[in-house]
Amino acid sequence: MSSIAAMTVSPREAERYEEKEFGFWLYLMSDAVIFALLFATYLIMVGNTAGGPTPKDVFSLERAAAETALLLLSSTTFGIAAVSLSAGERMKVLLWLAITFLLGAGFIVLEIGEFAGMIAEGARPQRSGFLSSFFTLVGTHGLHVSVGLIWILVMFGQVLFKGLTAPVASRFMRLGLFWHFLDIIWVVIFSVVYLPGLL
Amino acid sequence: MGSVDIFGRLTIDSLPFYSLIAASGAGVTVLGGLSVVGVITYLGAWRLVLFEWLSSLDHKKIGIMYVMLALVMLVRGFVDAAMMRSQQAIALNSEGYLPPGHFDQVFSSHGTIMIFFMAMPFLSGLVNLIMPQQIGSRDVAFPFMNAVSLWLTTAGAVLVLISLVIGKFSTAGWSGYPPYSGVEFTPGVGVDYWVWAVFISGIGTTMSGINFLVTIVKCRAPGMTMFRLPLFTWTIFVTAILMIFAFPALTVATAMLMLDRTLDMHFFTNGMGGNMMNYINLFWLWGHPEVYILILPAFGVFSEVVAVFSQKRLFGYLSLVLATMAIGLLSFTVWLHHFFTMGSSARVNSFFGTMTTIISVPTGVKVFDWLLTMYRGRIIFKPPMLFTIGFLVTFCIGGLSGVLLALPPIDYMMHNTTFLIAHFHNMIIPGVLFGYLAGYMFWFPKAFGFKLNEKWGTRAFWCWIIGFYVAFMPLYLLGLLGMPRRMEHYEIASWQPHLIVAAFGAFIIMLGMICLGVQLWVSIRDREQALDLTGDPWNGRSLEWATSSPAAPYNFAVLPKVEGLDAWWTMKQTGVAYQRPEKYEDIVMPKNTFVGPVIGGAGFAFGFAMIWWIWWLALLSLAVIACGLIVRASNDNDECVMTASEVKAIEDARFAQLAKAPKNEMADDPGFAGEPMQEPAT
Amino acid sequence: METNAGIPIERTMKPYLIGIVLAVILTAIAFGIVATGALPRQTALVVIAALAVVQIFVHLRFFLHIDFKSTPRENLVALAFAVVLICIMVGGSLWIMFDLYHRMMV
Repeated sequence: MSSIAAMTVSPREAERYEEKEFGFWLYLMSDAVIFALLFATYLIMVGNTAGGPTPKDVFSLERAAAETALLLLSSTTFGIAAVSLSAGERMKVLLWLAITFLLGAGFIVLEIGEFAGMIAEGARPQRSGFLSSFFTLVGTHGLHVSVGLIWILVMFGQVLFKGLTAPVASRFMRLGLFWHFLDIIWVVIFSVVYLPGLL
Repeated sequence: MGSVDIFGRLTIDSLPFYSLIAASGAGVTVLGGLSVVGVITYLGAWRLVLFEWLSSLDHKKIGIMYVMLALVMLVRGFVDAAMMRSQQAIALNSEGYLPPGHFDQVFSSHGTIMIFFMAMPFLSGLVNLIMPQQIGSRDVAFPFMNAVSLWLTTAGAVLVLISLVIGKFSTAGWSGYPPYSGVEFTPGVGVDYWVWAVFISGIGTTMSGINFLVTIVKCRAPGMTMFRLPLFTWTIFVTAILMIFAFPALTVATAMLMLDRTLDMHFFTNGMGGNMMNYINLFWLWGHPEVYILILPAFGVFSEVVAVFSQKRLFGYLSLVLATMAIGLLSFTVWLHHFFTMGSSARVNSFFGTMTTIISVPTGVKVFDWLLTMYRGRIIFKPPMLFTIGFLVTFCIGGLSGVLLALPPIDYMMHNTTFLIAHFHNMIIPGVLFGYLAGYMFWFPKAFGFKLNEKWGTRAFWCWIIGFYVAFMPLYLLGLLGMPRRMEHYEIASWQPHLIVAAFGAFIIMLGMICLGVQLWVSIRDREQALDLTGDPWNGRSLEWATSSPAAPYNFAVLPKVEGLDAWWTMKQTGVAYQRPEKYEDIVMPKNTFVGPVIGGAGFAFGFAMIWWIWWLALLSLAVIACGLIVRASNDNDECVMTASEVKAIEDARFAQLAKAPKNEMADDPGFAGEPMQEPAT
Repeated sequence: METNAGIPIERTMKPYLIGIVLAVILTAIAFGIVATGALPRQTALVVIAALAVVQIFVHLRFFLHIDFKSTPRENLVALAFAVVLICIMVGGSLWIMFDLYHRMMV
């Protein structure tokens, strides 16, 4: 399998990949604005507990730490997969993609558990403005991660069946941008939502 | 929520048989749809429509389809306007003919349609058709995403149209303020139709913004540096930035409203920790940049038109570019002026009031630049130029009313009166609409290969501008007399004469619409007498006039090398226009695909399902969208090659046509200034 | 970032290893502040915010490989513009909403 360094494509094709990378970067910037506004809304509404559960009542430091660890690790394992891709090592790419998927899936499982637990205790998004904004902010991030997981599966399939071709490599790198971006959003989430909520 | 019913909350009562007017509206809509199907069948054009147009990824065809959508929705939105004007003309101490619930739907759909489904598609259409040609590119950066944008916008428009037939539309205005728009005060499907139409088409627009920006930054021809871009492209550059960064605010606002309504959350509810002002804050964070998204491309059109029809170089290129950038940046700093009266302190109000007055300055710079372009030019009074001159006069009046409103103390008196209505229509009609109509008439030959009838274009202009003044100047007066907006009936007799005059103005505008329709009909009928054979019917200055009319699928057989500003003009002056290359190369083009319209259709189905709580359909349509995207993303074979000999055949035909063409299509025009022209090579 | 054929090349794992080590340290400090309650609330909030900002830079540099030399200029400009706009939009929104809260308890 060819490493990225050894690939040869027409100049036109190379330009197309640069355009796609720039376009995807712009999409991430628009997504950053969406999250920024969700954060702003959260800050505006964090005190609107309507006599219901407050952040301290519903957040758990240990669970937030576990979720953080899984996501952070998954960013690193994706990076290892990217290095393997650049070196043309197909089996390693598949292995590290799979590990990344498991870590990401673990994050989602923990988060679903967190939400389910909160809802069971009555801390539903319908309970108050604070909870509506919490579930929407963290839930939107979780939705993005879930879409990322589907993308990882699709990528796995493409690497498996098409090999490490230039189009596959280009899509892979865009997935990387997406995945690392989501980790950055998570850093802001625990810094703005969980940690201040538990102070 | 809903029962587990295959039709969700859709029942036979959702059909509009409760009112004659509603049933008529539904009937017209259904008939309209059926006649389109009928005409296509009658002409035997299904193959053409499906395989050459609906599945096309060609930016020019996508642009034309956008403009067609816009023109259809212009008629629909105008009917709403005519209904409001006629209701208000007669409703002194009377119910009029429109009950309040219906009147509320009419003003809500009027605004929603005109902004989201007339103006936005119109600008997307003009940009799509022209911008890639202006920068010397073969297509936009992402042709498939371009198609998805078109079809998602269409999905939103169809949702609005179908609300006439099944269910009702929103009564919460085009801005949908909670708590009125929340489920406690307005249950039912109306607001949901609005939310989903706006949300879905907004996603399409964000994608268009990304597409246009990447195209301009990365797909320019050799030598086309940023500071050699035509002004229209510069305005699109800034517009695209605004689209990318402003639409997320609308996405967030409407999503939260949707969550409140569908899942019973408390973002904007009147209690339980809701914060209604946050909606208004988020909505206008989007809403102000949105009006600049609408106006900047129109300014771009005016820049092109004023130079070509003054037969003179555009004055103050650098100041125009800098003014455009300034407008773009400043547009994010004024949004609170839409809610001065809603409780903010003096410090907050004065900051945003100051920023609002500042933002009028760069537009003033542009007006002077356009005037100075005309000064000592040799003006040709064709319809695009008439619209431009009409704009210059009328828009400045509206701008002045805006500067008044920018001052919070004045706004406290004028907010939500018809003075405000007059102000923003004074911006949108002479500004946005005249700009797009000018662009439509200016670039029509480029799209279809023949010119629009000028007599009817001139008549359309006069009807529109006179009609505008007659319809909207009374509204300024009425606002000063204290009349609020959105009134279904009233008891103050002194208002009625003004409203009758305004209704007459709407009638004159209707004549203008008819003139536009007649213009199109007559032009198609007489097209053989008005062919554009050179591709450059107005002796233009920018590169879109270098291609044939209509342009070949690949636009340029050989990408142009740009030497300076007004690239095409320079090529004509230096004798390199219409050069025939020695040999042609293969050209790679995107293949047509039905995945775009399928995603649009699934988007419509998803919106419809979410509105009516038909959960199985919602899941199915999401799955279809996901599959479509994955299939497309796994397809490495989405391009086809146009061989060099195919290209040569098209180009040979073009040069044969050029040989038959007059040296300069403008040479016979009495206003032609007689600039030396490049003779088309034979 | 080195590229070929328009696609970025990741030669070594070094940036990722540095990145995760730094990220873990910054995260641990932030969580530690909350777990131990070592700082007064206001100070803690500021420190956590600062740690977050630093960690964002770490992610941008070591996971997304953004630097002034190899990242295309248009990407940097887009990022800078996004940051400026986010500051205006979030800052403006918070100013407006808290001003309203003080005046109207909304």
